[in-house]
Amino acid sequence: MKNEKYENIVKKYAAKESRVSNAVIAFIVGGLVGVLGEALIEFFCFKFHVSRNEASTFMIITLIFIGSLCTALGFFDKLVSFARCGLLIPITGFAHSMTSAALDFRKEGLVTGIGANMFKLAGTVIIYGVVSAWFFGTIRLLIGG
Amino acid sequence: MIFINSFLFAGAICCISQIILDNTKLTPGHITSILVVLGSFLDIFNIYDKIVEVVGGGAMVPITSFGHLLIHGALAKASSMGPLGIVMGMFDLTASGITAAIIFSFVFAVIFKPKN
Repeated sequence: MKNEKYENIVKKYAAKESRVSNAVIAFIVGGLVGVLGEALIEFFCFKFHVSRNEASTFMIITLIFIGSLCTALGFFDKLVSFARCGLLIPITGFAHSMTSAALDFRKEGLVTGIGANMFKLAGTVIIYGVVSAWFFGTIRLLIGG
Repeated sequence: MIFINSFLFAGAICCISQIILDNTKLTPGHITSILVVLGSFLDIFNIYDKIVEVVGGGAMVPITSFGHLLIHGALAKASSMGPLGIVMGMFDLTASGITAAIIFSFVFAVIFKPKN
């Protein structure tokens, strides 16, 4: 079979992904996660009588717990393949990348598997966050004090 | 009102990232790195703080808040300790999130077996 024919057939049967619907789904799911975060902050403020800053720390820990648990139970990957950035950009994506890396490399042992590979995907976030925060913080000190 | 703001802000960030992901060759790793750098950039002159005041939880949920918290802790420490404070206070505010993520990941990886 000629290459062109083959490519045409592949194009015909490839799953059609509309970029518009992807973006709309990401918008709705991401927005719902944001609303959930705000609701959790209000809930913790009301329930434990803590300040808003402490409540947002609790909220982040809760979302990380939910993300890790859903990844470990195995159905977070399906949700991610449906919502894409709607779940990868919130802090749940950070928990998802760490837990899935730890689960994937578990069979290679506790130290060389989980220990060495846990930050394989999430490491970029921490490294570029620290480097940029150091860089911008130094600039801020030089400019404004 | 703050719930609507949360929805719009978190949704807008996710929507923009999805558009970037679909139309370029960048991976999700690239996009989260860019967003973290953007979050810490916006906090040089406390712009992100004002966003958090208006938007509330919706601004704390996306990964941009991670960069914001990093530089926020560093600058808070730097105001009392000088340039060395940036190094000392870097993880002051994000320590809880990173520690929780490590502990939950480790415990779940030991308890559960991968499904695939």
